[in-house]
Amino acid sequence: MIPTREEMEQAFKMRHGKELQEKFSSAVVAVCGLGGLGSHIAEALARAGIGKLILIDFDYVDVSNLHRQQYKATQVGKSKTEAMEENLKEIAPYLNTEVHNVKITRDNAKELLEEADIICEAFDDAESKAMLTDVVLCSMREKYLVAASGMAGMGSANDIRTRKITERFYLCGDETSEVKEQHSLVASRVMVCAAHQAHAVLRILAGK
Amino acid sequence: MVKINGKLLEAEGKTLTEYLEGAGYQIPRVAVEKNGEIVPKAEYSHTVLKNGDSVEVVSFVGGG
Repeated sequence: MIPTREEMEQAFKMRHGKELQEKFSSAVVAVCGLGGLGSHIAEALARAGIGKLILIDFDYVDVSNLHRQQYKATQVGKSKTEAMEENLKEIAPYLNTEVHNVKITRDNAKELLEEADIICEAFDDAESKAMLTDVVLCSMREKYLVAASGMAGMGSANDIRTRKITERFYLCGDETSEVKEQHSLVASRVMVCAAHQAHAVLRILAGK
Repeated sequence: MVKINGKLLEAEGKTLTEYLEGAGYQIPRVAVEKNGEIVPKAEYSHTVLKNGDSVEVVSFVGGG
């Protein structure tokens, strides 16, 4: 038996306080890319009781993703948006989700992200990261962007940090550790970076 | 002088494109903040750095 909507809302308010929870539950957050970063960002935000998540990815769950992404072995072959929505609904059954199984481009970004208050950049490709930063911060100036750069390898988890670059642009990561051969991503360090991003979102909503 | 990533440099008079290329940045991978605002990528080639500007270049690396 899953808890009722009222039971879950009550539990959120007990844990976060009524005022903070109202800020979380009225927020719309977009997660762009549902890989190592995005899948864990989405989970943390769903657990926090964010009102609506817009989940965007064009890819399918592959066996090579399971070492660091939130998916299960039983979900290999499913689209990441479908698998993510399934997993989030098990955690937060009353979460409002909107999924788009597409690649985000300079041309479609504005339409896809229109409703979002805060946008999480969770791509793996450096040029795509820079493209989304340009589109969001230059043509959707009322929105916040929480991006990530540098979380590969076995460096210290303590090197991952959150920096506020402008009033509406936050950057998480160590800003140097790039994915290369023999320098891949491990779940723990990617999750630290994803947690930084999710936490930056919650702090923005809390007005911190 | 122009403050770029915390260092004072003699970059006034250069366009952002000229500075970034000269400093070895890969332009498709960067975001540039100037005096508190992100500079649109389409404006790099005609954004001229001025004395007293404060610039931060964020260079994205792959992985996510």
